[in-house]
Amino acid sequence: MRDFDYIRPATIPDAIAAAAEPGSAYLAGGTNLLDLMKGGITSPERIVDISRLPELNRIERLDDGGLRIGALVRNADLAYDPAFAKSYPAVAEALLSGASAQLRNAATVGGNLLQRTRCSYFYDTASACNRREPGAGCDALEGENRLHAVLGWSDACIATHPSDFCVPLVALDAVVEIEGKKGRRHVTLEEFHRLPGETPQRENALEPGDLIVAVRLPAEAASFSANARYLKVRERTSYAFAVVSAAAALVVDGGKIRAARLALGGVAAKPWRARTAEAVLLGANANEVTFASAAEAALADASPSGDNAFKIELARRIVVRALMSAQAGTPERLPALPASPFSNIPGARHDA
Amino acid sequence: MTKTTIPVHLDINGHHHDLQLEPRVTLLDALRDRLGLTGTKKGCDHGQCGACTVHIDGERVLACLTLAAQVEGRTVTTIEGLAREGEMHPVQAAFLEHDAFQCGYCTPGQIMSAVACIREGHAGSDDEIREYMAGNLCRCGAYPHIVAAIRQAALEVAS
Repeated sequence: MRDFDYIRPATIPDAIAAAAEPGSAYLAGGTNLLDLMKGGITSPERIVDISRLPELNRIERLDDGGLRIGALVRNADLAYDPAFAKSYPAVAEALLSGASAQLRNAATVGGNLLQRTRCSYFYDTASACNRREPGAGCDALEGENRLHAVLGWSDACIATHPSDFCVPLVALDAVVEIEGKKGRRHVTLEEFHRLPGETPQRENALEPGDLIVAVRLPAEAASFSANARYLKVRERTSYAFAVVSAAAALVVDGGKIRAARLALGGVAAKPWRARTAEAVLLGANANEVTFASAAEAALADASPSGDNAFKIELARRIVVRALMSAQAGTPERLPALPASPFSNIPGARHDA
Repeated sequence: MTKTTIPVHLDINGHHHDLQLEPRVTLLDALRDRLGLTGTKKGCDHGQCGACTVHIDGERVLACLTLAAQVEGRTVTTIEGLAREGEMHPVQAAFLEHDAFQCGYCTPGQIMSAVACIREGHAGSDDEIREYMAGNLCRCGAYPHIVAAIRQAALEVAS
């Protein structure tokens, strides 16, 4: 790891001023950044350690019924907050399906949004990668790409965003609260992450010095608490990034779907909100036929970026399964294997 | 950028240490190379294997993905600090009793992670133990004995 200057500012304005200088990077949990620095994928000259800014560490209920989650709240603390898990069970399940217990004790809300793709060509500095080095080309296009994107990709980049947490968040209309040199602003999570286009190096809406200070969930997000699930297919039982994942949230009344939210993970360079599928679900009968139609709509624009056509059918099936799981109801307790499609079969709970 | 070291005060296993470190020094390297605490192992050095698991303020984290400077003012416990007055921690004793290792390289990380896993209340079933110990890899494949040791230790700690 290249050496760097280490700054620990006491206030948010001091942090923003320090980080606005070229070559600066914020450090919070460090679980992704330090790994990237060890590999020489990123080499900041100045580390601005924000991990002790106390005002970023709170979970606050807002007067309008929404929730404000400070950017430094750790993944484990959020997932185990009883009130949070009760109101937003799919988000808690997504958090607990990600990484390991040790990493969840360090990784933060803001850092999760900003984690970089796990594309192996991005991590290998001997490979061409437009995201790491604009204009260099993309070795993933003709490489090992069975886990790469099937939605929203371009010839410049076919990488996926690895977050679990962001998938239910984008389904629930989460908003990112950003503080920068020009003050505070709000950006929806759906607009926060960018698709690659011709500029895959521009991954999100942040400008130099901008600091994520919180993520907000609107009041309506809690209305899905009785019928919300996150499901994640991995290549091994646990401790792996998603091949494909889905967050599904429903409000069902008299067999009719009164409200529906759906998002996919592991399929694109951003957490993928499936709005056309939501339109299919709204007002329809809550059954497998409807869910299959929604899955078709969700993947209508999908195309393989390489040896990964299987992910399109897999995504359709995980959408149906997630919607059926959501309809069946949020389980009283999280399964022993959070988000596993193999642990939500009635009578086969792993903690039974 | 000026190449420099910074003063870092560390509280490890109840002992205080004042060090001058380059900012890039991880907690793992500070423990092993500066303080001679080599019980915490460097496996992958990328946060994937769990061999470097330590406790910071009582919670399990990875020392390889933590800068030493980040833990200033926090309480660090390593495998060397787990025994009390010459008595092994119940998890250490259970690992011995169940022969929960072969080469032993992952064992300090396994034990530190298991102590936290039990404390968190995630050792209620074999499936739960496997899931919440997923961040600790054992290349020898001693997993069945590791799970058995943690299951027994969890009962002992609870009683």
